[in-house]
Amino acid sequence: MTQKVKMTIDGKHVEVDAGVTIFNAAKDIGIEIPHFCYHPKLSIAGNCRLCQVDVEGARAPVISCRERVRDGMIVHVNSQKAAQLRKDVLEFILINHPLDCPVCDQSGECKLQDQYFDHSLQPSRMRYPKVHKPKAKPIGPYVVLDDERCVLCTRCIRFCDEIAKEHQLILCERGDHSTIDVFPGKQLDNPYSLCTVDICPVGALTSSDFRFQKRVWFLKSTPSICTGCATGCNIWLDHDDGIAYRYRPRENEEVNECWMCDPGRMTYKRINADERVLFPMKEVNGIYERISWESATAEMATKLKTYQPSDIVGVLSVQQSLEENMAALRFFKEVLKTSSIVWSGDEHDPSFADDILRDHDRNPNTNGVKLLTQERFSEKSKGKVFVILGSLSDADEKRLISLKPEYVVLMTDIRNESIQPFAHLLLPRASHAEQEGTFVNRDGRWQRFSKAFDPKMESLPTWGILNHLASAFGSSFGYASAAEVLATGKKAIGL
Amino acid sequence: MTLVLNKNWNVEKMDDIVVAKKHGAYASLEKLFQMQPDRVTEEVKAAGLRGRGGAGFSTGMKWSFVPKNTGKPVYLVINADESEPGTFKDRHLLERDPHLLIEGMIAASYAIGAHTAYIYFRGEFFHQCELFEAALFQAYASKLLGKNILGSGYDLEIYTHRGAGAYICGEETALLSSLEGYRGFPRIKPPFPAVEGLFSCPTIVNNVETICAVPFILAKGASAYRKFGTEKSPGTKLFSVCGHVEKPGVYEVELGLPFATFMNEYCGGVRGGRKLKAVVVGGSSVPVLTGEQILASRLDYESLQQSGTLLGSGGVIIFDDSVCAVEVLADLARFYAHESCGQCTPCREGTGWAKKIVDRMERGDGDAQDLSVLFQLADNMQGRTICTLADALAMPIRSWINCFRHEFEEHVRLRRCPMKRNTLDVRRENISKLTNNSGGTNAGSQGCPA
Repeated sequence: MTQKVKMTIDGKHVEVDAGVTIFNAAKDIGIEIPHFCYHPKLSIAGNCRLCQVDVEGARAPVISCRERVRDGMIVHVNSQKAAQLRKDVLEFILINHPLDCPVCDQSGECKLQDQYFDHSLQPSRMRYPKVHKPKAKPIGPYVVLDDERCVLCTRCIRFCDEIAKEHQLILCERGDHSTIDVFPGKQLDNPYSLCTVDICPVGALTSSDFRFQKRVWFLKSTPSICTGCATGCNIWLDHDDGIAYRYRPRENEEVNECWMCDPGRMTYKRINADERVLFPMKEVNGIYERISWESATAEMATKLKTYQPSDIVGVLSVQQSLEENMAALRFFKEVLKTSSIVWSGDEHDPSFADDILRDHDRNPNTNGVKLLTQERFSEKSKGKVFVILGSLSDADEKRLISLKPEYVVLMTDIRNESIQPFAHLLLPRASHAEQEGTFVNRDGRWQRFSKAFDPKMESLPTWGILNHLASAFGSSFGYASAAEVLATGKKAIGL
Repeated sequence: MTLVLNKNWNVEKMDDIVVAKKHGAYASLEKLFQMQPDRVTEEVKAAGLRGRGGAGFSTGMKWSFVPKNTGKPVYLVINADESEPGTFKDRHLLERDPHLLIEGMIAASYAIGAHTAYIYFRGEFFHQCELFEAALFQAYASKLLGKNILGSGYDLEIYTHRGAGAYICGEETALLSSLEGYRGFPRIKPPFPAVEGLFSCPTIVNNVETICAVPFILAKGASAYRKFGTEKSPGTKLFSVCGHVEKPGVYEVELGLPFATFMNEYCGGVRGGRKLKAVVVGGSSVPVLTGEQILASRLDYESLQQSGTLLGSGGVIIFDDSVCAVEVLADLARFYAHESCGQCTPCREGTGWAKKIVDRMERGDGDAQDLSVLFQLADNMQGRTICTLADALAMPIRSWINCFRHEFEEHVRLRRCPMKRNTLDVRRENISKLTNNSGGTNAGSQGCPA
């Protein structure tokens, strides 16, 4: 059992584990101590001095991020003296700050802005020219540095050294001319570089992909899961008006802590892509023509009735959620009555894997689909008709073409460029931002994601598509939500 | 007067081991290796030797903080990064008696159980470093270093390391960061270096002068050392004297010497017999005292503290009445703003801000609020950072303004330095000179027959 110590924080008597910091002890009783340089996942730097608190009997103010609790300690976080400490530090930080909030992309999610409004609100006494430093300097493929806004908390440097294990960022110069910079001859190009943007408390590091795209106060955040690989990093999907703007890591100690990789973040672009399939489309002489849902389902029903169930192959997708696959599986089994059901997905990519987060399996739901079927789509998946959930990877596409299918239906949200004269019918499927669902990650963890906004144009969540199809085939599914699919699907596989 | 450290300063070629041995170098080692290491520490503790780098902490006490049996190596690191403005005593020791330092290092390493010792030279000390390395080479050749020193079974390796010219690397934890190859950033204490220092191992960091006093203590005993100085400040101390003084230089004095005696008998008084305006007694970062204050005080830790300043490193800067206090403070602020490592917010921003304010004031652009802002700035910097560089500017800011407030106020009121002639005055003088001269020529021309 851990030893306990008795102490007082802001007049509250508390008993806390020996060895915790004042910062964490205060956090446990709901007192948030403002800070810049402290980050729970990084080593303690103790340089911003904003988290200083007043400890009775101490020679000088102590930094709560580092000072450990002692028995009988009396700490003041919100006394007048402690509040003044914060005010003084904020004054120092702001004397050389450019105060360019109106044109700063961090505005609205800037810790310095927040701290100033919460803890300072004093006018500047600085009457002299400020120190000027480089602005808008690209330091890597995804990150832009504004040194004037930097509070030199060194979180980004510590992140690169300690988490990404790439020594790419350094401090150079001294005193108030100190700047963050990339090590000579290097770039901030580690695959986690955008995490530095997340942990930068101010507008010093901004994402070259996101900056100036949207003022952050317009964004809505929906909890979701990254589809970049089998790790299934928990994310916030930031969106407005049906457009996804960025992914940000969402804290989950068991999966991604509070990080995610750059390629994963960029997968949001798929949701907004020009190549999205937004209407049912039919192939006519090599060109896709928009048709109505009714004629699309009717045509498919007519066509498929000319084949035996044994001619039909149902293809599930490890790129899609468990619910989508469950609904499709039921359609294949109950309506099309086929027994050849396989799954397809992106090929494994060993070069993508690392021992931080990224997995060689680039599919978010491999473990989920393997609950439903074990057989992978291959040259052996012989059939005349293929009904496919999702789109196919390039390799699977080649395999399919080599099988010379007579009729192919794709339920897809996106058209690969090379696609798809081989498909005869495209049914517009909502992206994972537009429906809810579950992915089962590499550790077998079931992770739910939420719907951020409505499906675009005529696209439908998979269960909606299958409602349509089932009725066209004279059957009825009557799904009203993904949750319903999951409930019936779990029963069907005996979970 | 020959005391503890200065006995061989006037010997030619003291850096040659043959000469040095003739004058008693390494004589204490035989006695050293007969003592238990703990006895050495006890002896130094009993001598009351205090750290001469500035803090004045008991050396023997510091040595006894080294944890026993951690399984980790123990290191001795000598701080020869002497960069405090006004301080040049260690440089003198390094030049005049490098073997004394090596002898002290052997004794200290033996006491704390270190088998590796480093000496960190100030970047600009390349000549001193070369001199020391030559001495080191001779000591190795004479089997005074390396394996099994003098058959005692004790091993010691000494390595030299030169800094790159940053003042902050004289701060002991920044020095260790620098020695490890990192940026010279001070570390948060605790843990203190004695517990977790160089490469996370127990490390004792001592000043050159401190270590140089150890051979004397060993050879003659703690009581002989205690015969010098006062009860609480035993021993002798080097003072490096510069500024407006007749005989600048490095002097070894018994602690407790009245400053007036020191000034008159050692340093020959103020330059040109002028009035003593102010003295900074322990390196530029300690509070300044006015001439009257310092003349009433004595040179030891306690007396100087009572007078409102610190003994510090013993870098004495003498200012006569030709000096403008604002100009001095501007210089100091410029130095500390330039040397702030930039790690902690209050120091990084505060020193730069203070520099800008005092600079402007010196140029005549200051305003009435600047003095109160400066005071608050000093309060907001001091004691709120990892190391004490911010304090090292905060103390001069307060003391210079407190001692010479009228001068600062005059700068603001006149919008110029009252001690310097301003451009208008100079122009008037030139004009009057011109008129006088032309008067002369006119007179001459009057006499011209043409």
